[in-house]
Amino acid sequence: MDERDDRHVSIHATHPVVGSELTFGSVTDKISAIVLKRKTPLGWFIGFAISFVLFQLLLLTITKLLFEGIGLWGVNIPVGWGLDILNFVWWIGIGHAGTLISAILLLLRQKWRTSINRFAEAMTLFAVAQAGMFPVMHLGRPWLMYWLFPYPNTMGVWPQFRSPLMWDVFAVSTYATVSAMFWFVGLIPDFATLRDRANSKIFRVIYGMLSMGWRGSARHWHRYEMAYLLLAGLATPLVLSVHTIVSFDFAVGIIPGWHATIFPPYFVAGAIYAGFAMVLLLTIPLRKVYGLQSFITMRHMHNMAKVMLATGLIVVYGYMIEAFFGWYSGNQYERFMIWNRMHGPYAPYYWALILCNGITPQLLWFKKIRANLLVLWLISFVVSIGMWLERFVIVVTSLHRDYLPSSWGFYQPSAWDWSMFIGTIGFFLALLFLFIRFLPMISIFEMRTILPEAEVEAE
Amino acid sequence: MKQTKPKLYGVMAQFDSPSTLVAAAKETYAAGYRRINGYSPFPIEELSEAIGFTRTSLPLIVLLGGIVGGVGGFFMQYWMEVIDYPTNVGGKPFNSWPAFIPITFECTVLVAAFAAVLGMLALNKLPQPYHPVFNAPNFALATRDSFFLVIESNDPKFDHDEAMKFLKSLEARDVCDVEL
Repeated sequence: MDERDDRHVSIHATHPVVGSELTFGSVTDKISAIVLKRKTPLGWFIGFAISFVLFQLLLLTITKLLFEGIGLWGVNIPVGWGLDILNFVWWIGIGHAGTLISAILLLLRQKWRTSINRFAEAMTLFAVAQAGMFPVMHLGRPWLMYWLFPYPNTMGVWPQFRSPLMWDVFAVSTYATVSAMFWFVGLIPDFATLRDRANSKIFRVIYGMLSMGWRGSARHWHRYEMAYLLLAGLATPLVLSVHTIVSFDFAVGIIPGWHATIFPPYFVAGAIYAGFAMVLLLTIPLRKVYGLQSFITMRHMHNMAKVMLATGLIVVYGYMIEAFFGWYSGNQYERFMIWNRMHGPYAPYYWALILCNGITPQLLWFKKIRANLLVLWLISFVVSIGMWLERFVIVVTSLHRDYLPSSWGFYQPSAWDWSMFIGTIGFFLALLFLFIRFLPMISIFEMRTILPEAEVEAE
Repeated sequence: MKQTKPKLYGVMAQFDSPSTLVAAAKETYAAGYRRINGYSPFPIEELSEAIGFTRTSLPLIVLLGGIVGGVGGFFMQYWMEVIDYPTNVGGKPFNSWPAFIPITFECTVLVAAFAAVLGMLALNKLPQPYHPVFNAPNFALATRDSFFLVIESNDPKFDHDEAMKFLKSLEARDVCDVEL
């Protein structure tokens, strides 16, 4: 027991949550300088330019799509969902880590969340924006998307509320709204900090307006903390509900391989898994470029890697249970679906998925691997691909061969499927580049609260 | 000293650490001042206790928001699917309430979250672009590393010279007037 305690202490000593040299002043100056004073690194311009070009690819694809219809993509009956819905699920899954870090870890009083929550929330918001585009474009007539909302109309009809697709509309739009509010509320005190540090008048006015006249009054802070805590409490069940409802899009259908009770927990775990992979994918280079090692320490890397490992194991459990269900159901269609996944035309995707999501992350059991940032980055990259493959396997293999062999088909994404996907990656990165340039990517006021000098000594 | 209409917002003391601010706030409260406020770069739980501000109606507002959202969300669906335009979907009853739960839940969270954010801003009277404390010379540091305590001039016990003297007796780095 003693030995264990010693080890515990040493891990905390060698990997503190925050660098010991930091003070209120230096935390404030370092983070706000990235926005206000430091010269924008050349890499920023290059990265932003590339992602902006890719964003143009998205606009081009959407324009062509509006002219030609969704036949532009490779989707056709029986595979009507294809890359489009797959990418929707992939992006929305990535978004989940942000809310997990900012809300759930807040409720669990995990101090280490503080230096990554702002960034992860921004990532959530931008990922949800990408996700939302796919089902809307998939409608065929996206300019009529407002038909999805219940509004009094001349046709006198209402949406069909018994459909999971309607639940999706409410879940995703609520999620986007609440995430945006959570993010903005977190930013208010930092806007005030930027307002008071800005040198140029224009920035002072803009940040001043955004800060809404925040002045750090004790009464304000009290209500603010209450609001933040309540929002975290609301966002926690919300984030679980969103991917649950996304999984209902599948699970409520009667397609073999979709109609399974494992889907909601399996999807939620997968979402957190993919989200943490994306957070690592982005923070590892970012912390190096901007020299944020004393804010985002090795402790964060270890913790995120461990969350990834844990959720990855849940996902692997999901794969095993899926296969087990297929066999145990005794249903010939379910059994065929599993057999077809493993041996059919899309078998390479399935086995690549097992390799990416099941086997590779097992490396994270080793402390040495978690401490090697390059390897950790590569594993995160592999996991991101794995989660994309997972959705491919779920969407495509179940649809392309269902009950009647006469209605079987084969799906191949067209070049426009890919350009749309790559375009959203560009849009996502472009938004992130703008975010790290114009907003504090680490929550300044929350960093102050975890410094040792923030402790109020009792007399 | 017979000012009927105070031209001052109050007097302000500046501190270097959260501990000294909290200690000073406690002393000020104990000295009988009630219209006092602290300003800090980050939330300090002990500070709002020290100035006697511990209750807020925000949780109640959020609860009401949640109830309105939940009840509204459910009956929106009920009214549309049962009363206004009943449709037979797969032979399910018109009031197939289990299928209405996901949207009911989302509406609950949505309205409660709006209540939390807008309620917080409204109770804090934000946005408020101008406030007298911004006139104080070092107040820009309230968003960096400085801590402030203000005795407001509308405090029943407020007397300019006495309040000034009192704040100077605390461990303040600096004491100044805040003009209205």
